[in-house]
Amino acid sequence: MATALTLRVAHSPRATGIVLLMALAYGVIPLVGSSYLFEAILTPFLALALAGLGLNLLTGYAGLLSLGSAAFMAVGAYAAFNLSLRLPGLPLSVTILLAGGIAAAAGVIAGLPALRLRGFYLAISTLAVQFFVAWAVNRIGWLSNNSPSGVINAPRLVVAGLSFEDARGRYLFSLTVVALLTFAAWRLVRSPTGRNLVAIRDHETAARVVGVKVARTKLLAFALSSFVVGVAGVLWAFAYLRTVEPAGFNLDRSFQILFIVIIGGLGTLRGAFLGAGFIVVLPLILSRLGAAILGDGFDSGTLEMVQRIVLGVLIVAVLIREPAGLSALLDRAGRRLFGRPPA
Amino acid sequence: MNPDLTFFIEVVLGGLLSGVMYALVAIGFVLIYKTSGVLNFAQGAMVLFAALTFVSLVERGLPFPAALAATLAVMVAVGLTVERTVLRPLVNQPPITLFMATLGVAYVIEGASQLVWGAQVHALDLGIDDTPFDIAGVLVSRFDLFAAGIAGLMVAVLTLFFRYTRTGLAFRAVADDPLAALNAGLRLPRIWSAVWIASGIVALVAGLLWGARLGVQFSLSLVVLKALPVLVLGGFDSIAGAIVAGLIVGAAEKLAEVYLGPLIGSGIEGWIAYVAALAFLLIKPSGLFGLRSVERA
Repeated sequence: MATALTLRVAHSPRATGIVLLMALAYGVIPLVGSSYLFEAILTPFLALALAGLGLNLLTGYAGLLSLGSAAFMAVGAYAAFNLSLRLPGLPLSVTILLAGGIAAAAGVIAGLPALRLRGFYLAISTLAVQFFVAWAVNRIGWLSNNSPSGVINAPRLVVAGLSFEDARGRYLFSLTVVALLTFAAWRLVRSPTGRNLVAIRDHETAARVVGVKVARTKLLAFALSSFVVGVAGVLWAFAYLRTVEPAGFNLDRSFQILFIVIIGGLGTLRGAFLGAGFIVVLPLILSRLGAAILGDGFDSGTLEMVQRIVLGVLIVAVLIREPAGLSALLDRAGRRLFGRPPA
Repeated sequence: MNPDLTFFIEVVLGGLLSGVMYALVAIGFVLIYKTSGVLNFAQGAMVLFAALTFVSLVERGLPFPAALAATLAVMVAVGLTVERTVLRPLVNQPPITLFMATLGVAYVIEGASQLVWGAQVHALDLGIDDTPFDIAGVLVSRFDLFAAGIAGLMVAVLTLFFRYTRTGLAFRAVADDPLAALNAGLRLPRIWSAVWIASGIVALVAGLLWGARLGVQFSLSLVVLKALPVLVLGGFDSIAGAIVAGLIVGAAEKLAEVYLGPLIGSGIEGWIAYVAALAFLLIKPSGLFGLRSVERA
């Protein structure tokens, strides 16, 4: 194992990059980061990147557009909340896996229309899921243990006796979950199943001709994607916000995750990370810039509007100029630096 | 008359009339989808922008007709700009890409309209009093009837326009077969511009009526979400379908809210229309009036 890794690192700049990145994320950042960095930037970044990764499996790889990602985040978060509340003895890792499983089941149900509908019609059917879940967590008291307006509080984050309660702990907890699922997704998209997803996206009839079971693969895409998005919802609720209201999983969140995938690059794993980094950092940059240029006249309302406009312009610009997103930009920069495409 | 029955008729009628308002928004979608195959998510943002521009101009002392003309000019400019800067560079891209681009456009218009005109709620008075009047014991809102009349008028104008003018004929030609239309010498970009202007005007009408009903505020751009199930049900490319489906969705929504709501909880009007439209699609995949050739699995 170790030798295999060494060999791979020696031969591939990309593997080197990943090893360096992990060393940075686990070895350096926890030592030097401030709690502001962990709480306001890195933890939401990780949760959103994971959600983007999940949506990318569905939209980027399988070509099925979903406008209901926030609903699956909500399913994951509320499922994990109920599991930890009603089965107190359950280890946190099992809770998260089960919550992902429940989100996956919801994904399969939501994916049923995909067997008969395509394109816009499917996108609109995922909106039905979005609105239904938002209504359910708001109105069905049992789901939020009868808390007013559906607000839930996260349980303590303890794994195998180790507490991940402070800002750094919650960052490391999220990082580990995201790293594990990203590795799984990386294996998945290189497996025959992953190729089947891409085959359906590129040419459904051709895929059917070569023997891809289209209906089953589409449902599988929904299940896998919703699993990942559901776990992202658990991180969002348990590691980032700690107290969540249903409005945090509204349609705007779904769009945000879609934008992450578009800006980062459809059909690439790192696209979700690039896009999420961008989406998290953008408001910070804009508010600094706005304060610097306009002074005190730049209030939070103006910031929100400007952010909306910039985001909208970026979406259009990316779709026109660079349909493969930041990921393609990075590739080109890499080629310029190293003189060859990264392996 | 039996009071239960009177109540039932009132509910259905109220639903039908609000359905007309949904159809009003849906028609804007249909115009663009029919001629360019783009599902324009920004239609709701255009409704908001039109209403906000109009009401802000009136509040700044402009007389009603002048404000209307100015807003019309602004909507034409918006339509032209979107067509020129967003859609033309994306020609021949897959429909989903175009849809996502209109999501971006929606964000820009929403942000810009509130940045320019502010985010507070404005009241919009069109000078129609909303007193209900009595038809054989059934109460009907005067404003709703007026809105229905306007919507009917608009559909009539659009139908006549499509049937009897050269531009209308060109629209239909493009909708039928863009390549053949191009071959016959029609200028597609010009037609797309025209159709975006038309949907801008539809957005203005919808914005004034919805704004008078709900107050002019951000939530106005969410009417797009009310129009989508209508589109699914009526077919994306049929104006008549939008009207009929609007009526069905409006009535079904009100009936569900009144009779189903007490059983499964309030607030179900947010999703019941979607579920109903989906259930219908599973039975008849081309919608009520949609063309059969629309891509569906």
